[in-house]
Amino acid sequence: MGAWFNTEMMLIILGGAIATFLTRIGGYVLITQMKTIPPRLEAALNAVPAAVLTTLVAPAFFTGGPDVQVAMAAALIASLRLSMLPMLAVGWCAVMAMRYWFGA
Amino acid sequence: MSKADFIQGARLAAPLCVSAAPFGALFGAVAVANGQTIAEAAVMSLTLFAGASQLVGIELFGQKIAPWVIVLSIFAVNFRHILYSAAIVPYVRHFTPVQKFVTFFLLTDPQFAETLKRGEAGGEVSFSWYLGFGLMIYVPWQVTTVLGGIFGQLIGDPKLIGIDVLLPIYFMALVLGFRKRANFLPVVAMSGAASVIGYHTIGSPWHVSVGAVAGMLLAAALPVKRQAKHGGGKEA
Repeated sequence: MGAWFNTEMMLIILGGAIATFLTRIGGYVLITQMKTIPPRLEAALNAVPAAVLTTLVAPAFFTGGPDVQVAMAAALIASLRLSMLPMLAVGWCAVMAMRYWFGA
Repeated sequence: MSKADFIQGARLAAPLCVSAAPFGALFGAVAVANGQTIAEAAVMSLTLFAGASQLVGIELFGQKIAPWVIVLSIFAVNFRHILYSAAIVPYVRHFTPVQKFVTFFLLTDPQFAETLKRGEAGGEVSFSWYLGFGLMIYVPWQVTTVLGGIFGQLIGDPKLIGIDVLLPIYFMALVLGFRKRANFLPVVAMSGAASVIGYHTIGSPWHVSVGAVAGMLLAAALPVKRQAKHGGGKEA
C-alpha cells in the first residue's frame, strides 16, 4: 500500500464499487420477482437523485465567497440555454474573472 | 463474438467518449485536489465507472464525511441504474451469466439509451455490440482519469486555476437535469433549505443526509400525481 493507497480510501472505493454494481444489476434482479412499488415509495425514490445532489449545491452556494456565488449564478443562467460543458465553461470564466480582476 | 458488431458498437460510442473525456479529466484533477492519489483515482474509475457518483464521493471525502455516508451517497446518486437495468432486461435476457455480469457492470446512461433504442427498433442487441459500445467509453474513462490526475498534481492549488468551482456547478447541472420530474421544485427547495440549515446547525457530515431525507419525505408526502412513472423504464 504505502504512498499509493490509503486503507480507508480503498475501503470507501470498494464500498462505492459494490453499491454502484448493486444499482446496475438491481433492476434485473427486481424485475424477475417484483410485483409493484407503492406510489408514495416510488415518489420518494424518484426524488432521490435531485434531493441528494441539491445538498451538495446549496451549502456550496451559501457558504461560498462572492467569486463562487457569481460563478454559480452565471452558470445557472447559462444552463437555461446551454448544455453541460459550455455551462461549466461559463462558470469557470466567471470565477476566474472575479478572482483576477476583482480580487474576490 | 462478432467482430463486425463489436466495431459497430464502438463506432456508435466514439462521439460519446469524446464528450465524456473532460469529465474523466475533471474527476482525476478534483480527486487529486481532494486528497486522493492518482492510483486511488484510477482504482475508483476502474471499479465504479460512474462519473457523477465518483465526483460526489470525492467531494464528500474532501469534507471528511463518514465512510458509510459516502458509500450511501454513491448508492443514491447511482440509483437510476436500477431503472436502466430493469428496462434492458428483455434485450439481454439471452446473454450468458458472465456476459450479464459484464453487461451490468458497463451499464451507463448512454449505454442504456442506445441499447433500448436498438432493442425497441427491432435490432439485435448482441453481446459483441454491447461490449464494443461499453469499452469505447470504459477505456478512455480510465485514460482521462489518470491524465486529469497528473494535471491536477502539477497544478497543486486547485483554486489557482478555478477547478474548485467546477464541482458545485457540475452538481447543479445534474440537479437541473431532473427538472422534468414530478415535484422537482419542492424537492429541491426542501433539500436545499434543510441542507443549508443542517450545515449551520449540526454541521458538515450530516447536512447531506438531512437534506436528502427531507426532500424524499416531502416527495412521499405530496399528493401522488398520475405521472408517467418511468414510462415502462423509458426515461433516458
